[in-house]
Amino acid sequence: MTRLDDAFRFQEAALRVRSQRQELIASNIANADTPNYKAKSMDFASALRDALGSGTGLTKTAGGHLSVNSGRISSPENSAQPTTGRDGNSVNLDRERGAFIDNALLYEASVNMVNGQVKSLLSVIQG
Amino acid sequence: MSLFNVFNVAGSAMAAQSQRLNVVASNIANAESTDGPDGKPYRAQQVEFMAASMGSKSSTGVKVNQVIEDTSPAKKIYNPSHPKADEKGYVEMPNVNVVDEMVNMLSASRSYQTNVDIMNAAKSMLTKTLSIGQ
Repeated sequence: MTRLDDAFRFQEAALRVRSQRQELIASNIANADTPNYKAKSMDFASALRDALGSGTGLTKTAGGHLSVNSGRISSPENSAQPTTGRDGNSVNLDRERGAFIDNALLYEASVNMVNGQVKSLLSVIQG
Repeated sequence: MSLFNVFNVAGSAMAAQSQRLNVVASNIANAESTDGPDGKPYRAQQVEFMAASMGSKSSTGVKVNQVIEDTSPAKKIYNPSHPKADEKGYVEMPNVNVVDEMVNMLSASRSYQTNVDIMNAAKSMLTKTLSIGQ
């Protein structure tokens, strides 16, 4: 089972981080008119590294232990974008919409890659 | 599943923007109302948005914190034949700035549309996810 798990682990983590990033961008867009709201962003590379399980804090003490890959996802931080308006809101709507589309497409790319992996595995199994 | 939270976030924004549109509609409808339930001219209202946590760290929705009354002074126009005119012939009109309200209306409707787009994108992403392995 571990081999199968490992085959999908990377894309699964990538999808998880992508969907969290999507949630973050949706929050920024939803709050584009909220006074004093500060836009949030996440560092995708380090979030993916965390999600891949380097930060679980669990160690294997026996050979038969299963590896835990439900890594935590690093928490979002306030992005360093300057506040533009007088209402203290730092959301740049154009940038957020761009990021939203970019993230949605990359999510779809990950889904397509998982599909490709499934097809490859099936062709190996079915011959 | 984070993507389902997108629906909550975008939904809260849509609710807040439609309440803003509601207030704008009231202001424009009452731009000429010289008499209210308290006998005074109508006063413009504005919504105040507030970021609201939606249960997870990365999702922040919006809610209408309060509806505040515009405290700017009432406009006075000269119209001696009006029943509410004072002894000098001036009538107190509501402090509604129709141009401001039109801009507010456009802004609210654009924000609403943006959030509808967000919801559609999240929906198509979820549909894609459901098709994994098929």
